[in-house]
Amino acid sequence: MTDTHYDRAPGDTSVLPQAQDRAAPSGVPIYAIGLFLAVILTATSFWAANTSLLWAPGVALGLAVLAIAQIGVHLVFFLHITTGPDNTNNVLALAFGMLIVILVIGGSLWIMTNLNANMMPTTELMNLHMQH
Amino acid sequence: MSIAVTIDEVGHQALPSASEAGPASKRIVVAYGFWIFLLSDIVMFSALFAAYAVLVHATAGGPAGAQLFNQHSVAIETACLLASSYTCGMMSLAISSRRLAATYLYAAVTFALGAAFLALELREFAGMIAIGATPQRSAFLSAFFTLVGCHGLHVTAGLIWLAVMMAQVVVQDFRPTVVRRLLCFALFWHTLDIIWIGLFTIVYLMGIAP
Repeated sequence: MTDTHYDRAPGDTSVLPQAQDRAAPSGVPIYAIGLFLAVILTATSFWAANTSLLWAPGVALGLAVLAIAQIGVHLVFFLHITTGPDNTNNVLALAFGMLIVILVIGGSLWIMTNLNANMMPTTELMNLHMQH
Repeated sequence: MSIAVTIDEVGHQALPSASEAGPASKRIVVAYGFWIFLLSDIVMFSALFAAYAVLVHATAGGPAGAQLFNQHSVAIETACLLASSYTCGMMSLAISSRRLAATYLYAAVTFALGAAFLALELREFAGMIAIGATPQRSAFLSAFFTLVGCHGLHVTAGLIWLAVMMAQVVVQDFRPTVVRRLLCFALFWHTLDIIWIGLFTIVYLMGIAP
């Protein structure tokens, strides 16, 4: 944390004097890098979903990892959410949002899987329940 | 403080202010507020994703995802949205350097790619409904149409917003209020692309995986 605290709008590139010294890419190159990485990750996702070369049960996990990586790429290169000292507010808001997302999705899946496993004795009955 | 003084001397609206030198500029406050809205929108989508993930096998004897989804269409939709996210970034750069012609050009390309995405999605929906895979058919299809349709509605809203913003640029040029709204639009558009990453991974790619 520097002595003087800066804020940066999400979507803005940093204008901190010390950030400019580091020769970090900004402007057109940063979007081009983002697009390049996003295209590679997307293409890999589509390839992984269709190939028979990979171990089938691991494909879903691999797809999830690729999606999370691509979300990270979009956040950094398109939305300019970084770990810079002027970006603390945006990162904290994002972290809280992600916490809620993980709780909602993870919690729902966990509870429903448990219910399906424990409360539905036969597949027939399970189909009957899930059909409504 | 010396840094803050230097920045204030430049006197540019886009520069951030030091909190010790006073409250943050309106641009930062507005964009931060909109960022909070976008995150709450993502939380709403997470509930729809959770519903879809829970109901994905509840096909009630009807068609499952593997029979319905057309990968080529989804790949083209993904490419359209990714490219439009890129041109939207180019538009942001044109706006920050106040280039009017480039702003119109990139806005037009962004709009065209977004509209192409929407047309493909609507064609997919129409094709599904034509073979009886309507939202009423099963819980899986209800969850599918709610999740993907909600994203499609967001894209529609984004297209209308972009058209309105271009009309404002025509009438009012790059006034600070217009530039702030354009910043918010760019955030919105990039966020829609982030949601689409989750969508095509969870719904389409995991749906067709064996």
